[in-house]
Amino acid sequence: MKIGVFLKQVPDTETKIRVNGSGDGIETGDIKWIVNPYDEYAVEQALRVKEASGGEVVVVSLGAARTLDAARTALAMGADRAVILDDEAFQGGDALATARALAKVAEKEEFDLVFGGRQAIDSDDSQVPQIAAGLLGWPHATWITGFEQGDGSVTIRRAIGGGTVEVARVTLPAVFTCNKGLNEPRYASLPGIMKAKSKPVARYSPGDLGLEGSIGNDGAAVRLSNYRLPPPRPDGRLLQGETGDQVKELVRLLREEAKVL
Amino acid sequence: MTDFLVFCEVADGRVKGSARELLGKARELSGGGTVAAVLIGSGLADVGSELGALGADTVFKVDHSSCAAYIPGAFAAALSQVVKAQSPDVVLGSASMLGKDLFPRAAALVDAGVGADVVDLVETDAGLEGVRPLFAGKCLASVSVTSEPKFFTVRPNSFVIDGATPGSGNVVDFAAGLDNDFGYEVIDVERGADDKVELTEARCIIAAGRSIKSAENFAIFDEAAGLMGAAVGASRAAVDAGYAPHGMQVGQTGKTVNPSLYIACGISGAIQHLAGMRTSKVIVAVNKDPDAPIFQHATYGIVGDLFEVVPALTNELRTTLAD
Ligand SMILES: Cc1cc2nc3c(=O)[nH]c(=O)nc-3n(C[C@H](O)[C@H](O)[C@H](O)COP(=O)(O)OP(=O)(O)OC[C@H]3O[C@@H](n4cnc5c(N)ncnc54)[C@H](O)[C@@H]3O)c2cc1C
Ligand SMILES: Nc1ncnc2c1ncn2[C@@H]1O[C@H](COP(=O)(O)O)[C@@H](O)[C@H]1O
Repeated sequence: MKIGVFLKQVPDTETKIRVNGSGDGIETGDIKWIVNPYDEYAVEQALRVKEASGGEVVVVSLGAARTLDAARTALAMGADRAVILDDEAFQGGDALATARALAKVAEKEEFDLVFGGRQAIDSDDSQVPQIAAGLLGWPHATWITGFEQGDGSVTIRRAIGGGTVEVARVTLPAVFTCNKGLNEPRYASLPGIMKAKSKPVARYSPGDLGLEGSIGNDGAAVRLSNYRLPPPRPDGRLLQGETGDQVKELVRLLREEAKVL
Repeated sequence: MTDFLVFCEVADGRVKGSARELLGKARELSGGGTVAAVLIGSGLADVGSELGALGADTVFKVDHSSCAAYIPGAFAAALSQVVKAQSPDVVLGSASMLGKDLFPRAAALVDAGVGADVVDLVETDAGLEGVRPLFAGKCLASVSVTSEPKFFTVRPNSFVIDGATPGSGNVVDFAAGLDNDFGYEVIDVERGADDKVELTEARCIIAAGRSIKSAENFAIFDEAAGLMGAAVGASRAAVDAGYAPHGMQVGQTGKTVNPSLYIACGISGAIQHLAGMRTSKVIVAVNKDPDAPIFQHATYGIVGDLFEVVPALTNELRTTLAD
């Protein structure tokens, strides 16, 4: 099995978000960069598939040069190789432009299956893996919390809302996005970290993938602008009196003032 | 003039409630353009005629055995075929769990971009623009889409529509070519203990934190939730303690919700919890500790013990909502 992992480098969850001077992004000066937390579940699941049935785990990451650090984390966890798309032309794209490049890598590498995260915690888009699957003509299953390998297909579990869980059989090759609950990602061991330094890292140019003009900023159809902080909430009101009076007043306010009941 | 195509979800043989806000908003923004709805499923004979009243001029129905359950490849193919045939300017859908799964793939099939999970849509000089929370809601940005058509998914409960201009609501069958194997077969659907309102689409949520102390204690919400039509949520601390399943978790690593009313009981208001519920229109905080950070975000606050406040609230709701 040749298993691909789509892995994105994102700002640490604790990052204090500040809008940059021109309002077209955030200040990135002192950000600590991490592996997108959901992509850790993807790496872990890929390693488990490899451990069960052999093969190779290849991490694919599109981003600035520093994205190599995120890929190294996955290599230290046990992935075999990395493909880094850090050419300037790949940068500044939207989900579609990014997915075009990732899908081409999946095709070129002849992956049997691909894992990604349920969403990147910076863009909160939940788009790239589904688009890649659509472009490849492969099935996809999102937000999986269970994965069992069969012969030529896999059985997944995914929550579909209201406490309901769907169990589905998906034919390979396919793309899966991983949710919390799927597994417990392992930590990189010290020997793992040492070994990661000498694992192969490949870089493809847009030309290698036959993609000029449809990637990065030039290929983007979705544009973000006017970054701003959310407006502050109006001052709240603490209710007074005995519990009985407070809830009476609360229900009155919810019905008459806020009109939400 | 803007022509809209609105994807309306069907669940358990009925068009879901989100159709109202999507069609109503499309009508509002269409400026005299057409508003069409599209329904995808199997056995749709009895649905769709009600959408005229919500603003649809035409209702396209893709009724096909491949769509008896949500099959991502089949639904995406169906939606993209309707889009190709109708060439709308804008394709709108809900950023529900299904919508988030479907729209990116369907849009990719027509080489278009999706402005995902917007909480507002406005017509500007530069065209239609969405407002999009980023970084778990710590920041907002405007999103525009340059492809034709433009796709947008709307976070549930973003718009309040009372009384949209009705459309003629002509129901038309759309024959989609869906005969390939989509490689995805639903083999089981395990319903939750009861048919709960899905958190991400709920208009009203009552949630508890670690202080609920046990899974059984969640029962104190049952009656109040029933009276308000509320879904029940939980903080991560409550989930990690095993008091609630992960599907009930609100926050950065759980669900993002957008109700009109969010009642947080014994939840401290950590930044990661706020990430999931900060766009709620009205926030009520019930907490023993007057200094709990949640009060800084609350519209109304009650300093008190949730085990006293919730039963009292239930009582009050029982008398007021009964009449
Ligand atoms: C990467 C990361 C992701 C995270 N993701 C999430 C997430 O998705 N969702 C989430 O919720 N958290 C998340 N967290 C955890 C978050 O930081 C908080 O730890 C968590 O939200 C706290 O839950 P809590 O408010 O229930 O518990 P606590 O912080 O322990 O607060 C309990 C509160 O209950 C009050 N209280 C106690 N007893 C009573 C009573 N009888 N009546 C009334 N009030 C009472 C206390 O005054 C206190 O304010 C995440 C953390 C990290 C690091
Ligand atoms: N630049 C990228 N490089 C590699 N994988 C990515 C990239 N962007 C998104 N992904 C994958 O797609 C998932 C969802 O991201 P998004 O659609 O941006 O929310 C992530 O968890 C990754 O698995």
